[in-house]
Amino acid sequence: MSTLLELSGVSVSFDGFRAINNLSFQIGEPELRAIIGPNGAGKTTFMDIITGKTRPDEGRVIFGEKSVSLLKMSESQIARSGIGRKFQKPTVFEAQTVRENLAMALSNPRGPFDVLLYRKTPTGARRIEEIAAEIGLTDHLTRRSGELSHGQKQWLEIGMLLAQDPRLLLVDEPAAGMTPAEREHTTDLLKRAAATRAVVVVEHDMEFVRRLDCKVTVLNEGSVLAEGSLDHVTKNQDVIDVYLGR
Amino acid sequence: MVRALLLAFALCLSLSGADAQTADQSPPETLQTVLQRHADEVANPGRRSVSVVIEDLVASGQPNVATFLERWQDKGVFQRSSDGLFFYAKRQGSEYALTDMSTGDSAGTAAADMITEIRPNGGVRRVIGAALVQFQLSDPDPARRVAALDAISRSPDADQIEPLRASIDGEQDPELKRRKERLAGHLRARFGETTEDRIDAISALSSDLDVATRSVLNLILTTTSEVAAKLPEGVNVARVLKVGSDIPEAEAYARLVAADLAPRPVSDDEIKAALTANIREGRVGGLPVGQLGSRESRENAYDALAAQGAVPARVTAEIRTAALSSNVFYDAYADRDPQVTDAARTALDEVEARVARYQMIDIGMDALSLASIYFLAAIGLAITFGVMGVINMAHGEFIMMGAYTGYVVQLFIPDYTISLLVALPLAFAVTFGAGVAMERLVIRHLYHRPLETLLATFGISIALQQLAKNIFGTQARPLTSPGWLDGAWVINDVVQIANIRIAIFVLALIFLGLILFVLKRTRLGLEVRSVTQNPGMAASMGINPDRINMLTFGLGSGIAGIAGVAIGLYAKVTSEMGADYIVQSFMTVVVGGVGNVWGTLAGASLIGGLQKGIEWFNPSNTLAAQTYMILFIILFIQFRPKGIVALKGRAAGD
Amino acid sequence: MKQGFLSKNPSVLWFLAALGFFTLCVTVLSEAAGIGLISTSFVKTLGKTLCLCLVAVAMDVVWGYCGILSLGHFAFFGIGGYAIGMWLMYARTEIIVVKSLSAAAIPPTPEEITASVGQQIFGVVGATDFPWLWAFADSLFLQLLMVVLVPGLLALVFGWLAFRSRVTGVYLSILTQAMTLALSLYLFQNDSGLRGNNGLSGLQNIPGFEQTPQALISVWFFWASALALALGYVLFAWVVSGKMGSVVRGIRDNESRVRFLGYHVETYKLFVFTLTAVASGIAGALYYPQAGIINPAEIAPIASIYLAVWVAIGGRGRLYGAVLGAALVSLLSSWFTGGGAPNIPLGFYTIQWTDWWLVLLGLSFVAVTLFFPKGIGGLFDLIVRKGDQK
Repeated sequence: MSTLLELSGVSVSFDGFRAINNLSFQIGEPELRAIIGPNGAGKTTFMDIITGKTRPDEGRVIFGEKSVSLLKMSESQIARSGIGRKFQKPTVFEAQTVRENLAMALSNPRGPFDVLLYRKTPTGARRIEEIAAEIGLTDHLTRRSGELSHGQKQWLEIGMLLAQDPRLLLVDEPAAGMTPAEREHTTDLLKRAAATRAVVVVEHDMEFVRRLDCKVTVLNEGSVLAEGSLDHVTKNQDVIDVYLGR
Repeated sequence: MVRALLLAFALCLSLSGADAQTADQSPPETLQTVLQRHADEVANPGRRSVSVVIEDLVASGQPNVATFLERWQDKGVFQRSSDGLFFYAKRQGSEYALTDMSTGDSAGTAAADMITEIRPNGGVRRVIGAALVQFQLSDPDPARRVAALDAISRSPDADQIEPLRASIDGEQDPELKRRKERLAGHLRARFGETTEDRIDAISALSSDLDVATRSVLNLILTTTSEVAAKLPEGVNVARVLKVGSDIPEAEAYARLVAADLAPRPVSDDEIKAALTANIREGRVGGLPVGQLGSRESRENAYDALAAQGAVPARVTAEIRTAALSSNVFYDAYADRDPQVTDAARTALDEVEARVARYQMIDIGMDALSLASIYFLAAIGLAITFGVMGVINMAHGEFIMMGAYTGYVVQLFIPDYTISLLVALPLAFAVTFGAGVAMERLVIRHLYHRPLETLLATFGISIALQQLAKNIFGTQARPLTSPGWLDGAWVINDVVQIANIRIAIFVLALIFLGLILFVLKRTRLGLEVRSVTQNPGMAASMGINPDRINMLTFGLGSGIAGIAGVAIGLYAKVTSEMGADYIVQSFMTVVVGGVGNVWGTLAGASLIGGLQKGIEWFNPSNTLAAQTYMILFIILFIQFRPKGIVALKGRAAGD
Repeated sequence: MKQGFLSKNPSVLWFLAALGFFTLCVTVLSEAAGIGLISTSFVKTLGKTLCLCLVAVAMDVVWGYCGILSLGHFAFFGIGGYAIGMWLMYARTEIIVVKSLSAAAIPPTPEEITASVGQQIFGVVGATDFPWLWAFADSLFLQLLMVVLVPGLLALVFGWLAFRSRVTGVYLSILTQAMTLALSLYLFQNDSGLRGNNGLSGLQNIPGFEQTPQALISVWFFWASALALALGYVLFAWVVSGKMGSVVRGIRDNESRVRFLGYHVETYKLFVFTLTAVASGIAGALYYPQAGIINPAEIAPIASIYLAVWVAIGGRGRLYGAVLGAALVSLLSSWFTGGGAPNIPLGFYTIQWTDWWLVLLGLSFVAVTLFFPKGIGGLFDLIVRKGDQK
């Protein structure tokens, strides 16, 4: 397992408030990692920094074997270099069909003229079928995604990430608002995805994290509080203090 | 000069002792008796003899001496041959109507050959004129004194220096005294007898600012454009011009031609005319007419004609260059004294530097008042746009409604002060109502669809504008400001600011304070801010977001109405006035930063200052100024997309 | 490729068929064909309307599909008009000048012709020299190139600046409006080099066709407008279909999601913005020779807002909606304001439509936004859905 992404000494503040404070973090490939932490711990900002939405005030963010810095790249460049992100709220293109959503995400050339002259290929169609089967939406390919249930939208979004063929997947609260059956499906989905790539899951729900059965990083006040197995970190006194308050 | 001083002295005496003298005399002396004492000198005045008469006249203290002098100077005095008496006369048909000098009564008529017109020559008239100026300058009526000063400023000359100086000491009115002193300084600077005297006067001028002083200095520095083979001696040269850079070649050559230093060039039109006149059997100068469609062939044909001697030769480029390079082009001062012109140049530079500084201050004031207007126009928009996230394209029309409210109130209340006091709250009420109605009927249904709010309010804007046109017509309606707002606060000759603009500035300050107070210190403000930040939470705490939105929108619209009255007072009230302000208002809000009163203030200051600043560079062209300002704003948004006062982090909520 | 695209988009075929039929009818009924049921001036009105439809289609693509409410596309339209107007005015004045100068004994020199043309064109703003803007005015080819290049480059530069700094939504709308305002203010100046508020006139006279009756010229321009609309419609229908359409609509609905999928959103916006600006310029170049005159008031910000109004009334996000909206509203507008509509006497007051049309338009616009956000095109949906139910 080699290191895929490394953050070191990253800080960012908004109007004097330090959202991320000297944070260092590493993830290898393949690996499944869960990130937990109380509200305001900086989980979303952490993802914003990796995906280029927020620029840190200091620190380094290095990705891949060639150790490219992500700090100078735009969001779309970062996405193209192999980092996919799922938002907290499901964001799929509701006016378009499931197939269109997936087709848009397929890893093909992204330039406007490439897209304009793009023609459907059997390979592409096959890939869409595969992903649809993976996320359980084979029967819904021609439906408008706005008509899907909440859980199905979450899966579709994960499916779109898979279609991108990323090396690193950032998933923000995938289980929120799901039925227990749907959660189970989601867990399987993420575990399978993590077999070949790095997956970072941000989640509040401890039960869900337990089922992921992976290394856990606890964030608090913008830096890493503890790291290790779930059982290990839940025994950590600092973590207990943070969660229960003193 | 000595004579004039004496005269002045006598005049002072006469003014003080006039009453006493007339009382002592018996039988009473009249103008006529004084004149009769010098009958010959009056009838045939010579330059030397006339001063005696004038001195005596002045000494007599007669009340109508000035009138007599005026008539005398204007050839309006006649002598009757029969008795030698003097009268004013006017031609009536073949006869003259005579007027008694002392009483102004009619004194019968006289045939043309019975009277002699008295015609003083030019020298005499000047002496009379100088005496007259003296009279007017010391006239008890201040209006006459002002008129005399005006006359001197209109056509100043050297003779006026002494009478003017002489009248300064006796002047009681401090304002007039200052003016006299200043005018005397101007005269001395231009016509002073010695170089030292003039330089002294000129350097005193350098502390002044007014237009008259500047024009005096400019007059001293008047130059004429000259050209000569060699720079002549004894000429006060302002500068030597370099052909090409200081003076265009064509103009330089034209000067040479005018000074007969070079042959006149043959213009294209003359070539054409000469060729046309010399067409022989379809050919000119050896070329067929059909080939004359280019400048080169025409010149060739003309040169052929010139070689035959039929036309004068063309001035070739070589001749031209040679002529230009063998002559010197220079500007010469009309004033021969280089010391004086140097002093004037220094003084003028100083004055102009000071004028430029004051102009900066003046522009700053202008910018401030423009900024106040933009602030007033935009602050209502900032509230609805910033606080509620609602784009109100009809905001401009609310401004217009406010202005028309002011106009209608004036139709009913003729007193402008009272009508203004009524119009301000009424305009607020009217536009508040319109705003609330619009919020309830339209905008409420379009929250979270900002682009559609923009379009719907735009529809309302079209309708309101046309409605105003239908009701009030297309011509501009007056909204007259009360008299006490008409004047201007004059600080000096350069810096002055209209009262109305000060009033608008004050109004803007009041509203800034009021809005800050409402938003920061009142319950309503608290509720507004809480609804802005988190409507759901606010609702769960018992705040009715509907009511708050309605009131906020009403408030924003109401302020637009008041801004409308203010704008209407100094600009015209038309149905399109809102459209003139809407884009500027939006830019004020966007440049300043949304959702922040201080941001709007900053935006208004920036835009107002910028517009005035650009106008300063190119004052003749306000359209260009606006164009450049908008371009600047477009660029500004590139670098600060969130405006000057930007919210950062999560609160910005992108 | 086109074949497949058209067969998958039957509505495009329907539109082309309808446009072709309409063109045929107008041609047959025009004065040029001898029947004269449609007057020449009305043929021109219809031709102009087709140009407005084209710019509305462009607006629909940029707004309805890509979500950029541009309040500047009518400015691009105007620029196209100015570009072609410069050639029309120059060439025609040159012909007149050459004719009058050839009466002289000596043939005119090129300098004389230029000076005289300059005098004729710019005398009205007190100038005689040609400004640099007119450097290519003598060449039809170069001015046609300008029709495409100037709006395209302006859109490219403006769009690059605006999109790069992530100006979106209403901010972008206001910024485009500011651009339009700056342009029209610039053109209003007498020393703008484009005759200030006099604008360019006499554009209906096509140089080289002085002998051709306007009846015939009007039909030619009608055909050209119809052809431009057809080509533009097919082009834009192609752009907004397939994967490109998917991405573009994705940008409209959720810009950052598209960005995180790896698409460079700014490039796409710039592509759409520039392409539609070019189409608007072409539409303008066809419109103004039919209108005969162009002046800065034509490109005031209000015109661009009306363009948005047409598209909104016709129905956003569907190209035929834009065509319907533009045609309907602009024709109704000229009917009402041209005094065609009968006044309504109320006894105490007579409603004169020349005065009240804008009030009606404004209010109906509010009503459409509130109650029919899908516009007239939305009615088609209702009909189609009812058809499905039967």
